[in-house]
Amino acid sequence: MTNQRITMTVNGVDRTIEAYPMERLLDVLREKLQLTGTKEGCGEGECGACSVLLNGELVNSCLVPVAQAANSRVITIEGLGSPANLDPVQEAFLRYGGSQCGMCTPGMIVAAKYLLNHNPHPSPEEIREGLSGNLCRCTGYMRIFEAVEMASRAQRGKSAT
Amino acid sequence: MQQRIVGTSSVRKEGAAKVCGTARYIDDMALPGMLYGATVRSSIPRGRITKIEFDLEIPWHEFTIVTAADIPGSNSIALVQNDWPCLAEKMVNHFEEPILLLAHPDCHLLPQAVSSVRIEYEPLPSIHSIAESERQHPVVWGTDNILKSYLMEKGDVDAAWAHADYIIEGEYETGAQEHLYIENNGVIADYSEDAGVTVWGSMQCPFYVHKSLMHLMALPEDKVRVIQVETGGAFGGKEDYPSMIAAHAALLARKAARPIKLVYDRAEDMAATTKRHPSRTRHRTAVAKDGTLLAAEIDLALDGGAYSTLSSTVLSRATIHAGGCYYWPSLRVRAHAFATNTPPHGAFRGFGAPQSLFAIERHMDRIAAAIGFTPEEVRRKNFLRPGLTTATGQEIPPGVDLDHLLTRALEASSYHEKKLRFEQENPRRALKKGIGIAAFLHGAGFTGSGERRMRSIASMDATPEGNLRVLVSSTEFGQGTNTILCQIAAEALGIDYDAVCMAPPDTHVVPNSGPTVASRTAMVVGKLVASAAVEIKRILIDSGYLHEPYITADFQQAASAYVKDRGSLCAEGHYQAPPNVYWDDDTYHGEAYGAYAWAVYVAEVAVDTVDYHVSVDDFVAVQEVGRVINPVLATGQVEGGIAQGIGYALYEKVVWQNGHMSNNQMTNYIIVTSQDIPPIHVYFEEVPYSYGAFGAKGLGELPIDGPAPAILNAVSHATIEDFCAIPLLPEDVMAKLVRSRFQVGEEVSA
Amino acid sequence: MRACPEHFNLVSSGSLSSVLGMLASDRGKWLPIAGGTEIMVLFSAGKLQQRNLINLWNLAELREIRVNEDTVSIGGGCTFSQIRSHPVIAAEFPLLALAAGWIGGVANQNRATIAGNLANASPAADSPPALLACEAEIELISARGTRRLPYTQCHLGYKRTVIAPDELIYAIQLPRKFSGWCTYARKVGTRNAQAISKVCIAAQAKIDFGRIQTIRIGMGSIAPIPLQLSQIEQLLAGCPIDRIPLVESRKLLDTAITPIDDIRSTKTYRRQVAGNLLEECLRTLAGTGA
Ligand code: FES
Ligand code: FES
Repeated sequence: MTNQRITMTVNGVDRTIEAYPMERLLDVLREKLQLTGTKEGCGEGECGACSVLLNGELVNSCLVPVAQAANSRVITIEGLGSPANLDPVQEAFLRYGGSQCGMCTPGMIVAAKYLLNHNPHPSPEEIREGLSGNLCRCTGYMRIFEAVEMASRAQRGKSAT
Repeated sequence: MQQRIVGTSSVRKEGAAKVCGTARYIDDMALPGMLYGATVRSSIPRGRITKIEFDLEIPWHEFTIVTAADIPGSNSIALVQNDWPCLAEKMVNHFEEPILLLAHPDCHLLPQAVSSVRIEYEPLPSIHSIAESERQHPVVWGTDNILKSYLMEKGDVDAAWAHADYIIEGEYETGAQEHLYIENNGVIADYSEDAGVTVWGSMQCPFYVHKSLMHLMALPEDKVRVIQVETGGAFGGKEDYPSMIAAHAALLARKAARPIKLVYDRAEDMAATTKRHPSRTRHRTAVAKDGTLLAAEIDLALDGGAYSTLSSTVLSRATIHAGGCYYWPSLRVRAHAFATNTPPHGAFRGFGAPQSLFAIERHMDRIAAAIGFTPEEVRRKNFLRPGLTTATGQEIPPGVDLDHLLTRALEASSYHEKKLRFEQENPRRALKKGIGIAAFLHGAGFTGSGERRMRSIASMDATPEGNLRVLVSSTEFGQGTNTILCQIAAEALGIDYDAVCMAPPDTHVVPNSGPTVASRTAMVVGKLVASAAVEIKRILIDSGYLHEPYITADFQQAASAYVKDRGSLCAEGHYQAPPNVYWDDDTYHGEAYGAYAWAVYVAEVAVDTVDYHVSVDDFVAVQEVGRVINPVLATGQVEGGIAQGIGYALYEKVVWQNGHMSNNQMTNYIIVTSQDIPPIHVYFEEVPYSYGAFGAKGLGELPIDGPAPAILNAVSHATIEDFCAIPLLPEDVMAKLVRSRFQVGEEVSA
Repeated sequence: MRACPEHFNLVSSGSLSSVLGMLASDRGKWLPIAGGTEIMVLFSAGKLQQRNLINLWNLAELREIRVNEDTVSIGGGCTFSQIRSHPVIAAEFPLLALAAGWIGGVANQNRATIAGNLANASPAADSPPALLACEAEIELISARGTRRLPYTQCHLGYKRTVIAPDELIYAIQLPRKFSGWCTYARKVGTRNAQAISKVCIAAQAKIDFGRIQTIRIGMGSIAPIPLQLSQIEQLLAGCPIDRIPLVESRKLLDTAITPIDDIRSTKTYRRQVAGNLLEECLRTLAGTGA
């Protein structure tokens, strides 16, 4: 099998890379595009550490052959905000203790972002369900729930004013 | 004195990098010319290596191959005893024992190469449980399979049985537990004749790795450099094993003369690295009619796996915690760590205490039932109180108030109301509800004379720009080390939190403040940081660079000027044992720990009689941990520990086949998700400890101790059955319930 | 990752007809891949035998849910997120909507397709019991044409189906006849989310005048294939809801199922819980139909 040229829009920028079609999107992001914010926890779709948005849909990038992402839009954690310019969800995770070791954090924040995109004011049950594909070994999830709730509330505040 | 920073929730120092994905973990890094390493491991539990063959279809000349013969120093990982080989030479004593190392520029070619090394063995009989090891048939370690034993005695146990009104016996078992940090183990190593070996890695204890590499590589102190990088969870699981991985990567780097990245995937990490020690504890207790505990005989056994590694220290903590938070006029604990042919069990949050506390706290409920007391009454009756002594003869200091913790926990959980209601409603319901208590303690810092022997140092210095740095080998892996140490330093210096940062945890840069274990960072290392900070401030004031009162900018200017004029500004804090602290390693007598943290947890459960699943519906955690440095981080530590504890009790089962973990995938080793976790209510009582930083004691491990016994007590309450082993899976619940009351199948009648 | 991507081929041909052409010209050479939630797991673990894969993801012809007069037709490439959120499925086939929510987390539901779930033919799959209870038919397509068969005939044995190497699951057809039926479904897994089932059940019954007129029950993880419990269905047809033969039903169940011990559970547990679920199912249906 030979390398193919694959083009994707990653965090708003068109990128073209050479890759084998069965390379995992996860590896392409991390190794070819140096976007190491997306993590690998299991490599089998179980932990969600590799979560990214593919054409706006939450996916586990360890289960996406890169050929299936050709000509798609990909958003990774790096596309949400930067330390100088945090996304409200990142801000809430920071402030309310949603991140401890930080390994689940990028995936968790991408999943939370996806949840809030579809459901700006989720109930506690909806938050639990929306994040159930993202395992965290450190926090016991409580601070994460609170962070998502606070981010949602901040949005409500904004839309009210 | 009112504190400005300690006690507030300063944001996590490295938090912004973590929420943005810019924090760099080991697998996010690469060095130019780097090769990838892989490990060839044993595929039998015990035997002699008779032949190693290399399949011909692999172009072996492209690979770097390392065997035990390539080790320049001693072939062992230096821990307590040096019986743990870095690479097996003639014998293997467990599955997944490292035998040979490979490296190649293309990581994708390694898996096939690993499976193309054919190792032949002469298999030998192996043992896989405490019971088998006890029988000493065969002997697989030393002369008797016993890795370590302790005898701890207080009073006259043998005399107590004669005048006991009740004698209550019980046997309790706990299983292995996998750490399942979301980041697998990994390191990068580089080697040159001039500089020696440098290792970057995911780890808890840079100086453990440092010491181990010196022995292995036969290098002097300054030719070994170990740098911890961002570490994605550890929980004890990155205390000992990183020394092994670093050793492997260093050997490959030396042979290949290229940097080596050696990062495990999940399957390898789960199958090959350490787990929590499985245990079996037997209790025999003498109790008086009025509920007073008179004496206990406790027989404690841990499964240590194939090598001694850290088993002796885990066993020591298990021994000291065996009697729980109660006063015993007489107590005898016989403790043994047994060798088996499984990969060595190692450190895991709690370090022996969760096993012992599970047994005693389950046993207390059974004592209560046997003598007709409530679980609450029998505990209250026997709590350790100020002035009473623990099993090691340590006097409980003023301020300890378990009664109050219990009262608060019972109130917060509406314990009495729920207990009554569940008992009334259960007979009519398919979902049986129960509520259970656990009261416990956790010793902070090293056991016994450990801290005194360690002689930790922490220091602080200033950069030319006047920023203040904390220099310690205490590492951040999620618990909040960076944040709380900076808070403590800022508080002691009298400046803003943002003006303090951490020096990189690099053995060439920081002093040895000891390993990051044993809930010692806030209490012990924090205290050293505080005294280094006080010293820095004194230097600046005494030398006339700084005048009180000052603001942060003044301080930074003064520090900057001082550095410019005098070259450097730095100060050290040295460990000093609190006065009147005495410990005797031979008799196990004295002050076992500088301080204990205390807690009472209440779990509410529902047992479903259709699928026998136990769900935890609500959880209350009340603890006294000295001064809380950062409430948000502290709450997160407690909640995270409880989530792991729920897993330990109800979900997390290591399925062993002949000493091999057969469910070594995240899909098949079950930890709790966001949909399995109950609301957790965390409360702190603060009784400052004078010898900890601003009154702090240890916190990190405490919360793993309580959930399992509280939950099993609640399940036993719900089902009116005794459950004495964890993990308690639905299959185990079924085994007891089906043959008893809840048999179903009668006709529906309208 | 334990596979070498260089050794694998993945072609995206763009249209259904060209995919079918390739499947036909080299029978057995190609492994179709859609959302990858099963195949990529095997691939990463170094356990994927086939080296040639053909991409089905986002083939528009397979991604449609069509609501016809008598049936709802779900394209094989529809994801479980699509199925879960479809209003007609939620209203008329709540069992299937529920089962779609059992699958993994949101990210898995966004990628896993219904055809993949069936073609993978795991006895522990989440959607088959609901499909059995909904009298689903599957429509297979190949360069040779299409054929349609009851889903009950799809599975031949453990991980074996009637789907020929040149065929794809084109659509799942569901008859729109269940409005007013009482439903019951429950999955018993290793935990509440991201779980593989130990036993699962889906059932619906038409209950009129105090009697079960018709009942359909599907079960998973208790035999090499997902099972429709036809003998029990026959036993219960016509039964008054206040005299449901629970003991007899459990006995029939006991002979119908052949659960096994594996890494996730035991056969004893599966047998016992299957019986309990059936009993809870019948009691619930009788209760809601009363
Ligand atoms: S790494 Fe992709 S889900 Fe775990
Ligand atoms: S913060 Fe460590 S895994 Fe979630």
